[in-house]
Amino acid sequence: MKSELTVKAIENGTVIDHIQAENLYKIISIIGIENIDTEVFIGNNLDSKKYGKKAIIKIADKFPSMDDVNKIALIDPNAVINIIKDYKVVDKQQVELPNTIKKFVKCINPKCITNHDDVETDFKVVKKDGKIGLKCYYCEKVTGQNNIEVIK
Amino acid sequence: MKNKSLISINDFSKEEYFKILDLAEEFQKNPNQKLLENHVVASLFFEPSTRTRLSFETAVQRLGGRVIGFSEASSTSVSKGESLKDTILTVSRYADLIIMRHPIEGSARHASVVSDKPIINAGDGSNQHPTQCLLDLYSIRKTQGTLENLNLFLVGDLKYGRTVHSLLQAMAQFNPVFNFVSPPSLRMPQEYKDHLDELGIKYYEHDQLDENINHADIIYVTRVQKERFSDPMDYEKVKNAYILKNKMLENTKPNLKILHPLPRVNEINTDVDTNEKAYYFDQAENGVYTRMAIMALMLGIK
Repeated sequence: MKSELTVKAIENGTVIDHIQAENLYKIISIIGIENIDTEVFIGNNLDSKKYGKKAIIKIADKFPSMDDVNKIALIDPNAVINIIKDYKVVDKQQVELPNTIKKFVKCINPKCITNHDDVETDFKVVKKDGKIGLKCYYCEKVTGQNNIEVIK
Repeated sequence: MKNKSLISINDFSKEEYFKILDLAEEFQKNPNQKLLENHVVASLFFEPSTRTRLSFETAVQRLGGRVIGFSEASSTSVSKGESLKDTILTVSRYADLIIMRHPIEGSARHASVVSDKPIINAGDGSNQHPTQCLLDLYSIRKTQGTLENLNLFLVGDLKYGRTVHSLLQAMAQFNPVFNFVSPPSLRMPQEYKDHLDELGIKYYEHDQLDENINHADIIYVTRVQKERFSDPMDYEKVKNAYILKNKMLENTKPNLKILHPLPRVNEINTDVDTNEKAYYFDQAENGVYTRMAIMALMLGIK
């Protein structure tokens, strides 16, 4: 079954595909879908050869910023972003983790300066045993992938 | 190193460590040099730490510089709600160099981002205290003649002890063997052991302070603090298990030196003080020379 057909096609916009089903709601929250005023279609628990169950998000007339791509990469590094123009995929990109993440993730350390003063967070992305961690430039503590909390 | 801030022990390279240690040695031979005569150094202690503050301020005075600052935040504009950024931006207009101690982790790094004058981190919460680490390196090199291939025993609170974590990271560059002696609840955190595994450095963990120390070149003792235990009974059980006594040193190596970042409570018995292997007060003195060297290099005077 082609999952593209199970969720309505869009004429122009962005399709975030190959999201692991369990990551869908985190991604919805991290990119702030509640603030998008164009058509949004969300499909979950769709059959996927890769994962068994996958999710897909289609957003009409909006195109992701670099920040958005970084946010998605943090939650689900296997997601694929398709840019749609005239019902056709004009650009397909595998999200890629950047070396640094600024501003939108909260440092897990309650004693960190970024949780006390008006200081933007700044992390270096570190990988260990296949897991992503964010090492704070300020307090040097690592926020693990499971503890990532987004600043809105 | 001119105008570079010292926030974390990882900010400086091995070569820069040696530059600092070499200059500290010069200052030890000739401690009164008026190199900072035309300089004002700010000493901002947002939380009290008498020993560290006196060590830094002695270092400035011995170099002929002048000190401005405060020893606790309650009497300053911080208590009126001023942000750290504003305090640092103001003081950086007054002084040539800022020494700061602050309970919030990452505060010194933040200060170094906003200030155009160099910052020395004199402790930011449980994060970093790099000048302590450099004076420890100085003390080790001075007493052992080298930093390479040493057998180091770290004793006490290895879980929360900021000094032992920094020392581990710095010494890991010199092919040591580590022995960790602590109560099971205060063991060296896994991330540091992983770091040693990655570097292929050997380490052993012990629950007891016993004759294993006969192999040690350095025993670095830290205080096991009562407030680290959620159950006071647990503290009572271990509080006397890690006390270094003079008779335990009988068969230790002749080059052994005992270090402690101070203040000591009872973890080194006072009968050790007269043993020539006791080095903790020399270590505190070395802190002044090391800090003199760091400041002279950061201000580009040496």
